[in-house]
Amino acid sequence: MAVLGQSIDTVRTGEGESLPLAARLHEWVVTVDHKRLGLMYIASALVFFLVAGSMAALMRIQLAVPLNGFLGPNTFNRLMTMHGTTMVFFVGMPMFFGFANYLVPLQIGARDLAFPRLNAFGFWMFLFGGLLLYFSFLGAEGLYGAGSAPDVGWFAYAPLTSRAFSRGNSTDYWILGILLSGVGSTATAINLVTTILTMRCPGMTLRRMPLFVWIMLVDAALVLFILSPLAAAQVMLLFDRFLGAHFFDTQAGGSAVLWQHFFWFFGHPEVYVLILPAFAIASEIIPVFSRKPLFGYPVMVAATVCIGFISMGVWAHHMFTVGLDPATNTFFAASTMAIAVPTGIKIFNWLGTMWGGRIRFRVPMLWCTAFLLEFVIAGLTGVMLAVVPFDWQLSDTYFVVAHFHFVLIGGLLFNLFAAIYFWFPKATGRMLDERLGRLHFFWFVLGFNLTFLPMHVPGLLGMPRRIYTYQPGRGWEIWNMVTTLGVAVQVIGLLFFLWNVVSSLRAGAPAGDDPWDAWTLEWATTSPPPEYNFESVPTVHSRRPLWDLKHPDDPDGRWE
Amino acid sequence: MNSGAPLHPIPGIFSPVSAPAEAIRDLSWLVIGISAGILLAVAAILFWCVVRFRARPGDDREPPQIYGSNQIELAWTLVPALIVLVLFLATARTIYDVQAMVPPPGSLQATVVGHQWWWEIRYPELGIVTANEMHVPVSDAAERRPTFLTLESADVVHSFWVPQLAGKTDVIPARSNHTWVEPTETGTFLGQCAEFCGTQHANMLLRVVVDTPGDFAAWVAAQKQPEARDPAVAAGRAIFESTSCVNCHALGGTGAHGTFGPDLTHLMSRETIAAGAAPNTREKLRGWIVDPHAIKPGALMPAMKLLDAEVEQLTTFLLTLR
Amino acid sequence: MIASAHDAEAVDDLHAWKGRIGMACLIAAETSFFGVFIVAYLFYRGKSATGPQPADVLSTPLLATICLLSSSVTISLAVRALRAGLHGAFRIWWLATIALGASFLAATALEWRELIFGRGLTIATNLFGTTFYALVGFHALHVTLGLTMLAFVLGAALRGRLGAEHAEHAEVLSWYWHFVDAVWVAVLAVVYLGR
Repeated sequence: MAVLGQSIDTVRTGEGESLPLAARLHEWVVTVDHKRLGLMYIASALVFFLVAGSMAALMRIQLAVPLNGFLGPNTFNRLMTMHGTTMVFFVGMPMFFGFANYLVPLQIGARDLAFPRLNAFGFWMFLFGGLLLYFSFLGAEGLYGAGSAPDVGWFAYAPLTSRAFSRGNSTDYWILGILLSGVGSTATAINLVTTILTMRCPGMTLRRMPLFVWIMLVDAALVLFILSPLAAAQVMLLFDRFLGAHFFDTQAGGSAVLWQHFFWFFGHPEVYVLILPAFAIASEIIPVFSRKPLFGYPVMVAATVCIGFISMGVWAHHMFTVGLDPATNTFFAASTMAIAVPTGIKIFNWLGTMWGGRIRFRVPMLWCTAFLLEFVIAGLTGVMLAVVPFDWQLSDTYFVVAHFHFVLIGGLLFNLFAAIYFWFPKATGRMLDERLGRLHFFWFVLGFNLTFLPMHVPGLLGMPRRIYTYQPGRGWEIWNMVTTLGVAVQVIGLLFFLWNVVSSLRAGAPAGDDPWDAWTLEWATTSPPPEYNFESVPTVHSRRPLWDLKHPDDPDGRWE
Repeated sequence: MNSGAPLHPIPGIFSPVSAPAEAIRDLSWLVIGISAGILLAVAAILFWCVVRFRARPGDDREPPQIYGSNQIELAWTLVPALIVLVLFLATARTIYDVQAMVPPPGSLQATVVGHQWWWEIRYPELGIVTANEMHVPVSDAAERRPTFLTLESADVVHSFWVPQLAGKTDVIPARSNHTWVEPTETGTFLGQCAEFCGTQHANMLLRVVVDTPGDFAAWVAAQKQPEARDPAVAAGRAIFESTSCVNCHALGGTGAHGTFGPDLTHLMSRETIAAGAAPNTREKLRGWIVDPHAIKPGALMPAMKLLDAEVEQLTTFLLTLR
Repeated sequence: MIASAHDAEAVDDLHAWKGRIGMACLIAAETSFFGVFIVAYLFYRGKSATGPQPADVLSTPLLATICLLSSSVTISLAVRALRAGLHGAFRIWWLATIALGASFLAATALEWRELIFGRGLTIATNLFGTTFYALVGFHALHVTLGLTMLAFVLGAALRGRLGAEHAEHAEVLSWYWHFVDAVWVAVLAVVYLGR
């Protein structure tokens, strides 16, 4: 139902006129439009996802049987490092920035982000950083003829990354790729915070923002505080490697543990940066398909802010095996367990939203429902890891690998799929196919659980992570085999997904402005929205402006 | 070699035989129990939502719009907070139980030094040095014989982990860490490096042989023996002493004091070579000398490029180093 | 759905804060960045086994500090002048700021020349050298970046292109400059006064 923002400029939406290919590509390259940049972020992230996912598949083939000869140690270690680095920095982060970019201005009734050119700068820095990282496969040989892609693990512990132990320039590519894309990330974070604080439409107080926007605000603020420490530590490493500095040079009094503190001071909040968008997505989709408002909005806001703050105080739970004193270990156990409380509150609020609803299990809701179950498992294994002595056994094993894949796939990726199915109609004007979506869902969720549920067991049986092979007879074989087979099942799911996207882009059913009967402002304009988003600046009186319009007898403002 | 010590092939954390590992196992039951309970509760609610609150086909009405409930929010904040508190207290207690343990007088002291990609083990009070496979005495309630380990690194960060004996502790260059084990069962227990340390991190395996006091004393005595000087293998020893072996390896009676690679004085008292990457047999030993990278690609030992005859003599010599 | 006049005004008010909030965000990120270098400096303080120690080779850079801190005053005066449309006064105070900032950099360069060539302290000498040059160097880099931006603005002013409508831009830039000064106060305290 198109009420607001009827497109008056059909030429701009590309109907009628078709420019030559070069001109169309040029438009995309020079664009500063948040919607196009958002789509570019998401598309880039998907490409990196397929690349890094293929790396994982190769590693799993190597690990399917003990003493396998499919990959040598150097190749495996490079794949392991590139898989992790890519997924965190070049899939997770751009997905966050992409969805935030696309949706935040629409949801707050704005025309674009606060600084459109800075937005474009941020995207291209991200992309350049990623390409630079991958260039390492070609360019990293350095003077010793060693090198290639980085092979020090995504957290690059010192002194393994010093000149002495990391020859060639592979580690330098790791540093520079992330440094550059980090500049872009900081720029976009500045942009998002400024936009959300200063460009909301009339009537949209902070208490009336969609929770999606709140979470993006907290997430962007978190990025501001934690990405610079990583940059600082990486610059220190660069100084060590090139200028003879001693920041992490253990032979000259430098401290290997200091790198770990700096890295994890960034690294832990980073995983919250990655997962918060999942919470944002779930907070939009679950209410719409349950046909009820989000349960406990003010508490959800408070929980998000709490998570943001507490996440900056838990970093040393990645260092429980370093030999820190008991008091420090105890403090970080406490803070880590504490963060489980607001996270649990969120899960209960989503369940509370579903409770008493009339739930329509369309594809986005399938993903969000699966997310709820998988994420509880992820959170509980996380609490197990917070129990310091238990962590002394589980740290650096496949138990941890299983845990964080439950968080990042079961938590983040499931919601990203949900978001794609939910907002693809808005961005393209076409629906994704429901049947293909169900096939995607079924196969991928099956494959995911087949891979990552059994993966907890080898960890409990003593299998460390980041090993390119393992000895037979330790009881690890069957679990590794099942884990590997699950990959094939996931691939089937992904094939359905890709087929769905490609065929729907060409011939998907027309979506209309509001195919899901939703309530936030992005559904009040056309699909896709015109470049200027809204024909006139909207005014809102509640958290669900479209509910108010559709139910003038029972507006939200009366009850909030 | 270790005939009296049955191998425990599966290094599972739920099969502990030593006090720190047992303390961890006991604590872990609590957290697993709580987690299982929470998972079941949430799964049940979710299942109920999916079944009971599913929209019936053709039903387009909107359900009652509920915005929240302060009481419910309070409830599901307080209950998890209490659970977390209980868990935290149990955790704190076990942290101190394990970390604050002071060695009783007379406990065995050993120093473990991590290298890329092997383990050096020294017993300073006993004057013994070995590699990758260590022996400790079994302990019992009547006479406690814990072993206290000082953990160091010669190069990068590694992690010492034998799951059935204790949680893992990292070995970090320019830093001394400490851990302890107190096994109450004899046998050979497996472990390996648990912190990524470079190319052959996967093949930095550990074997801890828990001996009866008598067997342990016998092992110590054998390790304290000077190098076996069998005149029949003088040719092989000469090759060892005159090639670059001595730059990296130490050998009891010779002029070899290299510290970069493992001490070979009692090489044949060990079950494996290359930190567990291969069994300690004539064939594997020979292969290792000819080309270490066929067994352990990226290992820091170069291929020795000796003539076949020299390799034979050298291998025969090494086989006498019990 | 036309916004009421009141709402429109409220919207415009918030819009006007874009520059300041954006700069505040940048300052937050930069604070984190410098924080890590300060932590590293404090962590390694007193741990250099060999080589020159802070007490041996450092002397409090009084003149440089006075220059930099006064430049905060002059830049504030410049911005106020621009708001009031006093272009002549603006140019004088803005130029003074640049001159004071440049003097600070010159003093730093002289100090470093003495340390490197006179006292043999480089970034590779010991932990003190490593952490000192990294921290003070990044600060000097930020001063340089700030001076570059100030120079651009001066250029625009001299060409007659700067008006009172740009006062907000100048204000936002002055925030950056104040931040750089605040970092210097922290560096002063941690490195020079604590030696």
